[in-house]
Amino acid sequence: MLEIENLNVRYETDQGEAVHAVDGVDLTLQPNETLGLVGESGCGKTTLAKSLIGLLGRNGEIVDGSIDFKGRDLTTLSKGELRKEIRWKEISMIPQNAMNGFDPVYTVGKQIVQVIRHHEEGVTKDEAWDRARELFEQLGLEEERVEDYPHQFSGGMAQRAMIALAISLNPTILLADEPTTALDVVIQDRILRRINELQNELNSSMILVTHDMSVVAETCDRIAVMYGGRIVECADTETILKNPKHPYTIGLRNAFPDITEESQELVSIPGAPPELVDPVDECRFAPRCPFAKTECWDGHPDATHFGDGHRAECFRAHEGEQLRAAGEDPETWTDMQDEKQASEVSHD
Amino acid sequence: MALLQAIVERARRFQGQKLVTKVYELYRTDNLAKIGMFLFGVYLLMAIFGPLLAPYDPLTINKDASDSVIRLSEPTANHWFGTTNYGRDIFSQWLIGARISLVVGSVAALFATTLGTVIGLTAAYYGGWVDDILMRFTDLVYGLPGLPFVIALVFILGSSLMNIILVIALIQWRITARVIRSEALSIKERPYIESAESIGASDARIIFLHILPNVLPLVILYMALTTAWSILMEASISFLGFAAPNQLSWGRMMYQVYNAGVIRDAWWWVLPPGLSIMLLVMSVFFIGRALEKVTNPDLRH
Repeated sequence: MLEIENLNVRYETDQGEAVHAVDGVDLTLQPNETLGLVGESGCGKTTLAKSLIGLLGRNGEIVDGSIDFKGRDLTTLSKGELRKEIRWKEISMIPQNAMNGFDPVYTVGKQIVQVIRHHEEGVTKDEAWDRARELFEQLGLEEERVEDYPHQFSGGMAQRAMIALAISLNPTILLADEPTTALDVVIQDRILRRINELQNELNSSMILVTHDMSVVAETCDRIAVMYGGRIVECADTETILKNPKHPYTIGLRNAFPDITEESQELVSIPGAPPELVDPVDECRFAPRCPFAKTECWDGHPDATHFGDGHRAECFRAHEGEQLRAAGEDPETWTDMQDEKQASEVSHD
Repeated sequence: MALLQAIVERARRFQGQKLVTKVYELYRTDNLAKIGMFLFGVYLLMAIFGPLLAPYDPLTINKDASDSVIRLSEPTANHWFGTTNYGRDIFSQWLIGARISLVVGSVAALFATTLGTVIGLTAAYYGGWVDDILMRFTDLVYGLPGLPFVIALVFILGSSLMNIILVIALIQWRITARVIRSEALSIKERPYIESAESIGASDARIIFLHILPNVLPLVILYMALTTAWSILMEASISFLGFAAPNQLSWGRMMYQVYNAGVIRDAWWWVLPPGLSIMLLVMSVFFIGRALEKVTNPDLRH
C-alpha cells in the first residue's frame, strides 16, 4: 500500500552543508500493519516519517526516490494537493510531545471540530462536536473535557486527546512519532494498547517511531532498524528480537533489559551515531562495530535477503549466528572501546 | 433553572474572563493605570459629548453689549476659558477639539497596528526572501524622519482628516511590524504550529488562526502605544499648520495662538489645549504601561 523506494532527504544547514538525514531508504507498509521504526536519536527516523507528508521544514528536501501511496507518488504532489488530499485525511501524525501539539488559545474540542469541518464538507458544527465527544469517549476521556483548554490536561490525557485528533478522519496511515516517550510506563502501556485497538477497528496501518525496543516489541508486527539515515535491518518482530543479523540490532537489543532473565548486565554501544554531513562511502556502523573488517571501510554493504522479508545491510550478515553469540558478551563491546582508546592514544 | 446553570457553567469556563480578571487585578494594584483610565475616560466623554456641551459655536465671533468684539478676554463667567484674538470662545473650541485628537489617534493606531501586524506575521512565517524584503523595507521606513515625511505627504496628498490619519499610519506601523515579527518567529517554531501544518491547514489559516491569537496581547499593547504617538503626531502637524482648515483640534488651537503672536501672554488660550494633549498622551501611556505588565510578567516585580 505504501512503498518507499530509494528515498533521499537532505537538510541544508546555515553553513551550506548538506545533511543526508535519510539516505537511500527502501520500505514497504502493508494494509493494517504496524511497523516499528527504531534507532538512536539522530538516525533519521522522524525525518523519514515527516517526509511522507512533506513536513520537512524550509531547509529540508526530498532529493531522490519515490513514495508510492495508493498508486500516487507523494514526492511529486504539490503542496496544495498534499494539504487537501493527503495530510490527515490519509496520513495523520501523532507528534512527539502532545502537550505542545495543541494550540493553547483554543479548547481541545474546538481544534478537533476545526479539523473535521476543515476536511469534510457538509458537516455541521453540532455533528462535529458530537464526533469530538465520541472520539473522547473512545479514548477513555470524559466527554465534558472537550470544552477544556490544553493546559488543563495532564500529559497522558493530552496524548489521548492528540490521538483522538489523529484518528478523527479515519486515516489510512497513522504516523506515531514517539507517542509515549513523555509518559510513565503504566500510561504508556494503556495508550499503546488503545492505539492498537483503534488501529484494528479503523483498519489502518501505523508507523511507530521510537527508540524504545520494549515498546516496539509489544506493539509492532514488523520492525525496521534505522542507523545513519539507512534502514540497516528489517524483519518481523520475532526475527528481529530472536534472530538479528546486523551488529547494530544486536547491540541495540543488548541495551534493553529483558525481564525474563534474572540478572542481566545492560551493554550500551560505545560511541555516537555518525554525523550525516557528507557521509563517507563506508558502512555507517563500522566505526562503532566490534566486528568490522577491512571491507567494511571500503564501501557500503548491499542488503542481504534471508527470506520472509528479512533483510540486513551488513557484509557479515550471513555470520549472524556467531556475531550474535559474540555480541551477547558485554566484553565484545567494551573491549572494542578499550582498543579504540588505546589506538587513539598511540596515535597522539 | 437548567438554563441558568448552563449559563453559569459557560461563564465559569470562559477563558476571556480570566484575562479580564487579570487586567482588572492589575488596574486595581496599579495607581498610574487608575489615573490613566480616569483621564482617558474624561477625554473620551468629552470627545463623544463635547459638541453638545459647547456653549458657543467655536467659530462665532462674540461681541459684547456695545457691539465690539471681545478680543483676548481673560476667563469670565460668560467665557470660562476666555476668548481668542477674534473673540471666539476657547472653552467651546477646547471641548470640540478632543474629538479630532481621539479619532485621529485611535484610527491611525488601528491602521498602523493592523498593517504592522500583517507585515510582521508574514515576514516571520515565510522567512527567507519574503522576510528579507519586508524587513529591509521596514528598516527603510525606520530611516525616514517621521514628521518631515508626514508633512511632505500631507502636502502632496492634500490635508484632509483621512489623509492625515493615513499618513500617520504609514509611518507608525514600523514598530509593530518588528515586534510582532520577533514574537511570531518564536511562536512559529512551537510544536502546535507543526501539528496544524501536518493536519493540512493552509498558510493563511496558520498565520491568522494560530499565530495571531498567540501574539494578540502584544498587538493590543502596541496599539495603545501607537495611539499615544499618533495623538502627538496629529498635534504636531496641526501646530505646524498643515492640517485642514476646518479641522479644529488642540494642535490647531496652539497654531492659532502662535500665529496671533500671543503665546507668551494669553495663558488661558495656551494652557487648555497644551495641557490636554499632554494629559491625554500621558493617560494612554499609563494604560499601555499596565497592559505591558499583563503581556510581560517580568515587569510585575
